[in-house]
Amino acid sequence: MKTLSAQEIFEKLKGKFGDGVVSLQTESVNPPFAVVPPGSIQEVCRFLKEDPDLLFDYLVCISGVDHKDKFAVAYHVYSTEHRHRIGVKAMLPHDNPVIPTVDVVWKAAIYLERETYDLMGIVFEGSCDPNRILLPDDWEGHPLRKDYIYPEQYHGIKI
Amino acid sequence: MSQGPAKRKPIKSNIFDVVPAPAEIPQNVLQKNFERVRACKGGEGIIEVGIADLFINWCRKNSLWYLYYATACCGIELMQGGASKYDFDRFGAVFRATPRQADMLMTAGTITHKMAERVQRIYAQMPEPKYVIAIGACTITGGPFYKDSYSVVKGVDLILPKVDVYVPGCPPRPEAWIEGIRNLQNLIMKTKNYGLKKA
Amino acid sequence: MTEPISKEALRTDEWTINMGPHHPSTHGVLRLELTTDGEIVSKARPSLGYLHRGLEKIGERVAWAQFMPFTDRLDYLAGMNCNCAYAWAVEKLAGIEIPERAEWIRVLVCELNRISSHLVAWGSFCADMGAFTPLLYGIREREWVNDLFEMVCGQRLTYNYARIGGVSHDLPPGFLEKTKEFCDYFEPLIDEYNRLITYNKILVHRLKNIGVISARDAIEWGLSGPNLRGSGFAYDIRRAEPYSVYPKLDFNVVVGHADRGTLGDCFDRYLVRIDEMRESVKIVRQVIDRIPDGPVMAKVPRVFKPPAGECYFRAESPRGETGFYLISDGGTNAYRLKIRTGSYMAMNIFEKISKGVMISDIVALIGSFDIILPETDR
Repeated sequence: MKTLSAQEIFEKLKGKFGDGVVSLQTESVNPPFAVVPPGSIQEVCRFLKEDPDLLFDYLVCISGVDHKDKFAVAYHVYSTEHRHRIGVKAMLPHDNPVIPTVDVVWKAAIYLERETYDLMGIVFEGSCDPNRILLPDDWEGHPLRKDYIYPEQYHGIKI
Repeated sequence: MSQGPAKRKPIKSNIFDVVPAPAEIPQNVLQKNFERVRACKGGEGIIEVGIADLFINWCRKNSLWYLYYATACCGIELMQGGASKYDFDRFGAVFRATPRQADMLMTAGTITHKMAERVQRIYAQMPEPKYVIAIGACTITGGPFYKDSYSVVKGVDLILPKVDVYVPGCPPRPEAWIEGIRNLQNLIMKTKNYGLKKA
Repeated sequence: MTEPISKEALRTDEWTINMGPHHPSTHGVLRLELTTDGEIVSKARPSLGYLHRGLEKIGERVAWAQFMPFTDRLDYLAGMNCNCAYAWAVEKLAGIEIPERAEWIRVLVCELNRISSHLVAWGSFCADMGAFTPLLYGIREREWVNDLFEMVCGQRLTYNYARIGGVSHDLPPGFLEKTKEFCDYFEPLIDEYNRLITYNKILVHRLKNIGVISARDAIEWGLSGPNLRGSGFAYDIRRAEPYSVYPKLDFNVVVGHADRGTLGDCFDRYLVRIDEMRESVKIVRQVIDRIPDGPVMAKVPRVFKPPAGECYFRAESPRGETGFYLISDGGTNAYRLKIRTGSYMAMNIFEKISKGVMISDIVALIGSFDIILPETDR
C-alpha cells in the first residue's frame, strides 16, 4: 500500500498521456480534479484502474453539473488498495453533451450514468443501458438542468 | 328493555315472543339499540331485532383491515404502529398484504407522479365499502415537497375520488393514527342505508 | 400404449411477471420485472423511481441550512446518519471547525441510529423469510431508541437534529444514564436474537449460498457498507477515511466469514448486520464514558454563505456510503448537490446476481441488501 497525493497521481497521468490531460484543479476543491478532454475519458479511466501504482478500482460517484454555458461530468474514484482518491472531470459543450461511457471500465458506472442521463441529459455514448431510470419514460426534459421549467401537468394531474 | 327500540312501535308477532333481555347479559352498544325476541313460541333461541344499519356499521367499524401499503417515511410508523407497543389491532385494524382483502387504505408516504397510476389501481382493486385515510403531510398537500419538487403529487385527493380522514404530521405519531382510525369509526357509524345510494 | 413425449412438447415458455411497486416484501415501492422459466428467474430487472422526489433539485432551490430536514427523508430509517453526513459535508466545504462535544454527540446519535436501523433491517428481513416474531422483537427495541431520540430532539423518525456548525440542542439531563441503561438492556438481547432465529435451520437453508457476491465483484459494482463487508472485504469509511472522532474510538470492522455457506452469500450479509449492532453498542459505551463538556454549536452566521468551491464528503451510514458532492458558488443556496447512496448501488448489481435463482430467493436477495427506496430514488 502506497498512498499517493493528487499531485503525484496527476504527474503519472501527465507522463502517460502528455497533452491528453489538461490540468489539475486544486483550488478550494476536495478532492482535486484532473481535467481531461471528453474524448480520452475511457483511456484515462482504464489507466487509472489498471496501473499498479494507482489501482483505482472503486468508482464512487458520477455527477453531472450544469455550468449554464457548458456541462461538466465529475467522476470520483478511490483505490481500496492504496487508499487514495482523485476526481476526474470532463467539460462538455452545452448544446450537444455527449461523452463516451466508462461502464466498460467499472460496472458501477451503469446506474450512475443512467441517472446522470435521466436527470441532467448528458448522453453516454456506447452505454449498455441508455434508458431513463428515475423518471417515467415519457417525461419531458431533464430536471437538474438550470434552464428546466417545471411542467404544468403530467397525465392530467397538476404538478 | 332498552330505550332505543322502546320508542318505536312494539313488535307484535305470532311467531315471536317479545321479552326483555336477560339481566345477566351485560349491556353493550349493540344491546342498547336492539331488543331481544325469542324465536318461536316457547323460546328455543334468541334473535336480536333492531336497525340493520346500526348492526352492519358496528361490524364494519370494528374490522377495518388496512392494506399493508407504504411508500415512504410514514411506512415505518405504520410498521411500528402495527407492532406491539401501539398495536392498531386493538381497534380491529390488522394489515393485509393484498388490496382484495382490505377495507381501508392508509396512504403512508409521498406519492409521486410515477406512482400515482398504481395508487389508483390499488384503490380500484379494493372491494366496497372502502375507506381512505390520508396520512402525513405529503399525501395531504405534498408536504415539504410542495413548493420545490417537480415529481410529487400535491395531495392524494387529487388522484382518489374521496378521502375520509386526514391525519397531519410528518410523520404523524402512532397516537395520531389511532385518533384517525377512531374518527373513521365514528364516521362509519353515521352511514345510512348500508352505505348504498338510494335507488 | 402412449407415445413418448418429445422434447419439443416439453418446452416451457418464459413468463414476464411484474413484482411491485406495491408488494409486501419489496421494502417500499421497488418494482421488478421478472422473466421466469417456471420457478427459475432468468432475469430480474429493477425499475426504480417510484419515490423520486427530486431531492437534488430541492437542494439547489433552498438555503444550505434548510436542506437539513430533507436529509431525514433521504433515509428515514437512519435520519441521524444522513443529518450528520450532510452537516459534515457542508462544514468541510466551508471549513468550519465544530466544538468537540458536538462531534461526540453526533457520533453517539449516529451509532444509536445504526442500531435502530439494523433492528428494522433484521426484523423485516426475517419477516420476509416467513418469521414474523423477529419484527416484533426488533421494533420493541427500536421503540426504546425512538424514546431516546425523542428526549434529544422531540421527534421519533425525522429528527432534524444536526446543524451546520454543531447540533441543535445539548443532550437533555439524564440522557446518558438512559442510554447506558439501554446498552445494558440491549447487549444481551443480541444473543437472544441469535438463539431465536439466526441459526434456525429454515432460515439458514433459505439464505446460505444464495446471491453470492465475490469481494472483487462487489468493488467493481460499487457496493458499500454491510453489503460489501459481507463479501469478506474489510472496508469501512469510519476506518478507511476516518472522519469526526472515529479515530479515537475502538471498534472492529465486521466482515463476513462464510459462516454457513459460501463467502458473500445472503447469510453473511445478515450476520454482518447482527454483529455490527454489537460494535455500535461498544462505540456508544465509549462515547458515554468519554464525552467532554462544552458548547455544542460553533459560531455560524445566520445568513450562511460558504466560499465558492467543491467538495465530496462521504460517511458510513447503515446502508453503506452516503456521499454528498457539493458545489458552492458563494451564494445562499447550493449550486449543485449530488447525493450518492448505498442502496442505489446495491440495485445496480441486482440484475447480475438474480440470474438463475428461484422466485422466493428474490425476496431473500432484496432483504439481504437492506435497500430503502428513498435512498435509491432520492
